[in-house]
Amino acid sequence: MVDNIVIEVKDLHKTFVSEVKPSWWGRLRGHKKEITRVEVLKGVNLTVARGATVAIIGSSGSGKSTLLRCMNKLETLDGGRIFVNGHLIGYEERDGELVAEKASITAKKRTDLGMVFQHFNLFANKTALGNVMAPLRDVKKLSTQAAQDIAIPNLEKVGLGDKLHNYPSKLSGGQKQRVAIARALAMSPSVMLFDEPTSALDPELVGEVLAVIQQIALAGTTMVIVTHEMQFARDIADEIVVMDQGKIVEQGPPDVIFLNPQHAKTKALLSRSGMNPPA
Amino acid sequence: MDFIERTLAVFPALLGATPVVLQLALGAMALALSLGLLIALARISSFRVLRGIAVVYLEVMRGTPLLVQLVYIFFVLPSIGINIEPVLAGILGLGLNYAAYLSEVFRSAILSVESGQGEAALSLGYTPTKALWRIVLPQSFVVALGPIGNYFIAVVKDTALTSVIAVTEILKTANILNSQTFQTTEIYTAAALLYLIISLPLSRIVVLLERKARTRG
Ligand SMILES: Nc1ncnc2c1ncn2[C@@H]1O[C@H](COP(=O)(O)OP(=O)(O)O)[C@@H](O)[C@H]1O
Ligand SMILES: [Mg+2]
Repeated sequence: MVDNIVIEVKDLHKTFVSEVKPSWWGRLRGHKKEITRVEVLKGVNLTVARGATVAIIGSSGSGKSTLLRCMNKLETLDGGRIFVNGHLIGYEERDGELVAEKASITAKKRTDLGMVFQHFNLFANKTALGNVMAPLRDVKKLSTQAAQDIAIPNLEKVGLGDKLHNYPSKLSGGQKQRVAIARALAMSPSVMLFDEPTSALDPELVGEVLAVIQQIALAGTTMVIVTHEMQFARDIADEIVVMDQGKIVEQGPPDVIFLNPQHAKTKALLSRSGMNPPA
Repeated sequence: MDFIERTLAVFPALLGATPVVLQLALGAMALALSLGLLIALARISSFRVLRGIAVVYLEVMRGTPLLVQLVYIFFVLPSIGINIEPVLAGILGLGLNYAAYLSEVFRSAILSVESGQGEAALSLGYTPTKALWRIVLPQSFVVALGPIGNYFIAVVKDTALTSVIAVTEILKTANILNSQTFQTTEIYTAAALLYLIISLPLSRIVVLLERKARTRG
């Protein structure tokens, strides 16, 4: 595997299956189990080069979050393969068949990916510092002192050097998201995945989080970011990926996508967000 | 005020039974906490069989009277060659029964921690087991503290049921005293007061623990 590629997604398929089972009473009356299938990803191929910033845009429900979640195996795959630093994630290949790998092996591979969620997902019973230190101690097995020596500079980097001992309940949304970013960064992953990191924030707090992400991107961190902030995507991304109904419909450098969109979906998306290309 | 004096006079005799009550309550609670946690984990596990076993256990324990369970352990098990001495039988009966209720406490406490925190832990490289023990369960215990305290007070009072399986706890001691002196009112008033004296401080501790848990985080 070429080592300037961090993530390689090959022909990824994902279908959500949900079952509604009838009660015993319903069963007696002949009701059948209802199975609904939603095909969310329909053959996605994507390569993320080392050092690149890839922005994924697309309307809600197009499968952006699912794609990101598959990359670190928070979802099971129904087809295709995902390689992280050349290693197949979540499965091992035996005689051409994919077999689920041991949870501990997947866990180890996940340390290559840092993920930032829309709703922060901070550990509620730990301070900002405690949140950043926890995985350093529990996963990387560092001593308290060593964990602290890594955690504090990372919190300072996101501008929270003065909030080390605040619990999440005493932080604003923007501050929580910056703690989450510091927590992921402190594990020194090869790539950062952001899933709409500013969508749950009050408008006045969006800027501080985007500034931190931009600073990380400028430092050369490889990242994949799902966002509705078009101007931001245009500013920081090396590559824009447009998704619609479980497929990538268009991708390319920001200037090409924003100035000369080809796909109808891209055009609609841009005009809806006030980023109309010149007529 | 003869009545009060006579009631107070009964206390020393009853006090001798309090260590047994504490032994029963603490033993039963230790068993109930550990087994209850296991059952809760079984109920949320992805293994169907484990879930099934847990549900059956829960329904059987909740659906039959505790008194019958105690009697069963002490009087029926010997017929298949299992003889358990009274205090141990009491601890077992109370513990196995309360495990069912505590498993429900644990289950809802585990589910009350937003799943996002577990996912965040996974994304940071925790194994599912480690995420459960290091991130989710510590928060669940805090949530469960209040209900656990309340069940502890309940188990203290339910130790009285072990009087029917020959444990000389407070009620049994009172019964014996009553058959000797026939001061029925004084003796049972003293017994009731003694239970109250044991549970009141416990209730206070539960309230304090709950308040402390809430101010954290
Ligand atoms: N756990 C799930 N179970 C069933 N359907 C789901 C689940 N997660 C997402 N979906 C469905 O998959 C589709 C794509 O979801 P998602 O990847 O979250 O889209 P996006 O992030 O682009 O808004 C949506 O229609 C959503 O309802
Ligand atoms: Mg989404």
